[in-house]
Amino acid sequence: MPSNATNNVKAVSSPTLAAGRGLKLAVWAGILFLHLPLALIILYAFSSEDKSYVFPPPGLTTQWFAVAMERQDVWDAMALSFKIALWATGIAMVLGTLAAGALARTPFFGREAINLLLILPIAMPGVITGISLRSAYHSLDIPFSFWTIVIGHATFCVVVVYNNAVARLRRISPSLLEASMDLGANWFQTFRHVLLPQLGTALLAGGLLAFALSFDEVIVTTFTAGQQTTLPIWMLQELIRPRQRPVTNVVAVVMIALTFIPIVAAYWLTRSDEDTNNR
Amino acid sequence: MKNPSIKIADRLSNLLYIRRGLLLGVLLAPPLLWFSIVYLGSLLSLLANSFFRLDDFTGQIVREVGLGNFIEIFSPTNLDVALRSTTMSIAVTAACIAIGFPIAYYMARHARGYQKALLYVAIMLPLWSSYVVRLYAWKLLLAKEGAISWVMQSLHAQWLLDGLLALPVLGGSSLSFSPMGTFIVFVYMWLPFMILPIQAAIERIPGSYLEASSDLGARPSQSFWQVVWPLAMPGVAAGSIFTFSLTLGDYIIPQVIGNSTLYIGQVVFRQQGVAGNLPFAAAFSLVPIVIIAVYLYLAKRKGAFDAL
Repeated sequence: MPSNATNNVKAVSSPTLAAGRGLKLAVWAGILFLHLPLALIILYAFSSEDKSYVFPPPGLTTQWFAVAMERQDVWDAMALSFKIALWATGIAMVLGTLAAGALARTPFFGREAINLLLILPIAMPGVITGISLRSAYHSLDIPFSFWTIVIGHATFCVVVVYNNAVARLRRISPSLLEASMDLGANWFQTFRHVLLPQLGTALLAGGLLAFALSFDEVIVTTFTAGQQTTLPIWMLQELIRPRQRPVTNVVAVVMIALTFIPIVAAYWLTRSDEDTNNR
Repeated sequence: MKNPSIKIADRLSNLLYIRRGLLLGVLLAPPLLWFSIVYLGSLLSLLANSFFRLDDFTGQIVREVGLGNFIEIFSPTNLDVALRSTTMSIAVTAACIAIGFPIAYYMARHARGYQKALLYVAIMLPLWSSYVVRLYAWKLLLAKEGAISWVMQSLHAQWLLDGLLALPVLGGSSLSFSPMGTFIVFVYMWLPFMILPIQAAIERIPGSYLEASSDLGARPSQSFWQVVWPLAMPGVAAGSIFTFSLTLGDYIIPQVIGNSTLYIGQVVFRQQGVAGNLPFAAAFSLVPIVIIAVYLYLAKRKGAFDAL
């Protein structure tokens, strides 16, 4: 059956050579699905309508940016989120790097368990981490404060730094470190002059992602903040009871812009590690 | 004559070099202490609190061990909540696989160079950008006067939207007040978590396997179901851990988009917040933990942890 055979050849060679039209369509539809909502946010920030979410916007204006600039509550929320994210990132970078140093190469008993422990805070729903911290604070009579938020954020940020650092550490050849020590450098000098320059960009990327994660986090924060208002909590209050739609639209755009930069920068810094780093 | 501080550093680093276990201990101690005290400690206090009860008259927590909370969990209303959340999680996971798999497959096997980097960033951006802001975007999209209604009207397909909203369980007064809306937003939120592990898993399948499969006469669909799918399974399972567990515990999305039916996370949040009943909230938050533990056990058998 010659005709059947040629049909077969055509059919089987297609998946490895070129993507079918259906596949391409599915891919770009999926990408659109992921990005249209973000684009819409930007459009709405310029909408002249301030009472409803009407689409298409009846007119375009930049006046809401000026209005939002005047809002002290927005600035306060942003400053609080910024300070929390800085502290959480700092703590996460120290703990994540140390954990990566310990777990990257040497196998030992319990390594998998520790690995799982680091991932858990982010793989478990935030509501569980949140209610756990809340019940611990309550049991120990710790009142809500700036630090109760930071502790929660630092805990789920560790894994981000850890993932980046582990991916990079596994790519650094151990012979580099051995050469350094053979040439007379001690452990600290080797760390400072050999390991750290190699690890630097991965740590920076991990730090940037941790910062973005903390700056945006809302679920754990609602359990550990008490009466404090971070920027995501401010947004959430507007979502549940919309009071000032135009200001909310502008804040949304600012939040996208503020996290856009660290995300792209982090990708750029670690693009060669991407095979081993998929989260 | 050497500087004494360098000498100490030398001796310390010799010690650390010779005794690798000590180095490991020094590195591991701070993160392990933090996670044991803050995270495991909190989980333990959660577990402890779940056995306590709230005094109805004083509103104080009574620290006596009892099973009252757990009996209450098995009331029909609460079981209903757990069942609804689990069903939603399974549906969201299935939809994320259906939408995410083609994207992951294309990224791993077709996209090259610049296009691949672009796709990667296109998945990373929504994954990392603000959860509340993305949720807000959907409030705009799904609102009665919003973009989706407008598109439907422009296409003269309003009847289709109305028909969907008239469905008995899934519908509602508008998309943003229906379980259908909740479902769409869940899928949108967690889709990137599904794509990346699948892509990593497909990336690891050697191209020669597919060539061998087609050389041996398999049709593309046979190659897919008998070679690609089983080998991509660990990635699918890994991604599904995220989509399943994140949906199961989320309380903000159903609160903002959806009708008034409750999900597990909402019950937990309300009980600890408005009702002030921390013990019951603690007990109820064990429900998703148990469901996820069962799910993780199943996923582990599919090899999900090799792809994390």
